[in-house]
Amino acid sequence: MSVTAIPPVTAPSEEIKGRSLWSDAWRRLLHNKAAVVSIVLLAIIALASIFAPFFSPYSYDDVSWDFVSARPDFASGHYFGTDDNGRDLFVRVMYGGRVSLTVGLVATLVSLLIGVVWGSTAGFIGGRIDGLLMRIVDILYSVPFIFFVIMLTVVFGRAIVLIYVAIGAVSWLDMARIVRGQTMSLKKREFVEAAHAGGVKTATVIRRHIIPNCLGPVIVYVTLTVPNVILLESFLSFLGLGVQEPQTSWGVLISDGARLMETSPWALIFPATMLAITLGCFNFIGDGLRDALDPKDR
Amino acid sequence: MLRFAAKRLIGAIPTLFLIVTFSFFLMRIAPGGPFDRERIVPPEIEARLIHAYHLDDPLWKQYLRYLGDLVQGDFGPSLKYKDFTVTELIAEGFPVSMRLGGLAVLIALLVGVSTGTIAALRQNSGTDYTAMGVAMTGIIVPNFVMAPLLTLVFGLWLSWLPVGGWGGPIYMILPVIALSLYQIGFIARLTRGSMIEVLRTNYVRTARAKGLPERVAITRHALKAAMLPVVSYLGPAIINTITGSVIIEQIFGIPGIGRYFVQAALNRDYTLVMGVTVFYGVLIILANLAVDLIYGLLDPRIRYD
Repeated sequence: MSVTAIPPVTAPSEEIKGRSLWSDAWRRLLHNKAAVVSIVLLAIIALASIFAPFFSPYSYDDVSWDFVSARPDFASGHYFGTDDNGRDLFVRVMYGGRVSLTVGLVATLVSLLIGVVWGSTAGFIGGRIDGLLMRIVDILYSVPFIFFVIMLTVVFGRAIVLIYVAIGAVSWLDMARIVRGQTMSLKKREFVEAAHAGGVKTATVIRRHIIPNCLGPVIVYVTLTVPNVILLESFLSFLGLGVQEPQTSWGVLISDGARLMETSPWALIFPATMLAITLGCFNFIGDGLRDALDPKDR
Repeated sequence: MLRFAAKRLIGAIPTLFLIVTFSFFLMRIAPGGPFDRERIVPPEIEARLIHAYHLDDPLWKQYLRYLGDLVQGDFGPSLKYKDFTVTELIAEGFPVSMRLGGLAVLIALLVGVSTGTIAALRQNSGTDYTAMGVAMTGIIVPNFVMAPLLTLVFGLWLSWLPVGGWGGPIYMILPVIALSLYQIGFIARLTRGSMIEVLRTNYVRTARAKGLPERVAITRHALKAAMLPVVSYLGPAIINTITGSVIIEQIFGIPGIGRYFVQAALNRDYTLVMGVTVFYGVLIILANLAVDLIYGLLDPRIRYD
């Protein structure tokens, strides 16, 4: 029988820090292994996409007839091999990563902007305006968007910037609904009322209570929108409607790789793996954030 | 319930109007015309062609004419496939797309729901982790990667299945798998999540406590409630399947509507593009309505008014 030693009681040496919603959420996120691994992986992919092309002796559009469809090989510096034009696939995959990740971020920002403005306006003002705005969202829900995105890319001649905007402009509907729901339920909550009754200024109420409480679901949804947007861009590029040669994105590389897969499977495997890892990371981070930010689970 | 359905259908009219108007003007501001890529024809003949399709009228007149024809169920002639009307092309392609997409959704439901349920019943076990790992793979590997990989392995290396084309059921296996994997993954995750919640509710505990065999408690009591989020995902699932079929039909060379669409948009086949878009708009509206009605059947707390 052993007696557990009771640790001596010491007075807390410093002032006890309050645990805010965010520090709590951050702590819980760090306990989620999948999410942490995903954040690290994603950071590596992003940094590699930005910087790796600078360090390679090859450029993404260098055609080399000495190395046509070469296998992955460390000696020659073609880590991922080359395509049927002799272009270095390592640099092209990293370069494609820049394009795909930028599309993901920019288009998500566009959808965030439209969604938040639309949803919070509807939620705050309420009444007829709310009815009208949400009716428009309902109408747009039944629109077969992929056809409109295809038409938009045909109309605007596949400029990258317009692809960003077109994809963003079709993915804000859920965001608007989420933000509206949040604002509406928050408006009537007791702690908001209490703050009002305690004489807190409206601006402070919005800053201290409304925005932080809205932010959780919005952040979670943003993390889950990014992979969808990247997927949509790849989808368009695969059909030949997205980014144009010699520029490239993961969708273009996958489409080229699918064409070459019998003779040079590496041309499909590397970009497809990068895309899948990236999509997986965003999904795991989104799941992790949802668990971390959900106060019900405490 | 009938009144609810009728109200929803009337409410769909502005949606359709919007779809028609959007697609009409979007196609018309696109540079280039439907006859650009043909053999060089003498200018007189091109003028005749343009006149025959009323493309020389002012835009508003063309728009009104199109609306008028549409109300009577006439999608007009295809500008590219000269001997066919758009209705004929849709009637030819849709049964193919329908069989492909319908089968994919059905399989996604069956496999997804059963996988999710099994994972929920053995929560945090090896089975659960394996099932959810596979589901996540389905979600993160896009169908346009899955499709070439499947053809490479089963079509070229093993030679078990045809790599493309359309004929007997054997031609459907690979496209249906490629099309349904994402939905299987998504539905499995949804079912697992809601099943875990439902299994903790009092009425499931009651069902077990009164001595019902586990199988009956799950299928009769838990599953019905756990299906609610899955049913509400059905609408988006159908839209995702339609989107996916555009690419899957392209990869496998399947003569469905999706494959026409991309070609039609590139060729400025105005009427075909608009026809397909409106047709799918109607389909999505009807599917959403059906989903709402099923939802009401599963959850008696919902009342239509």
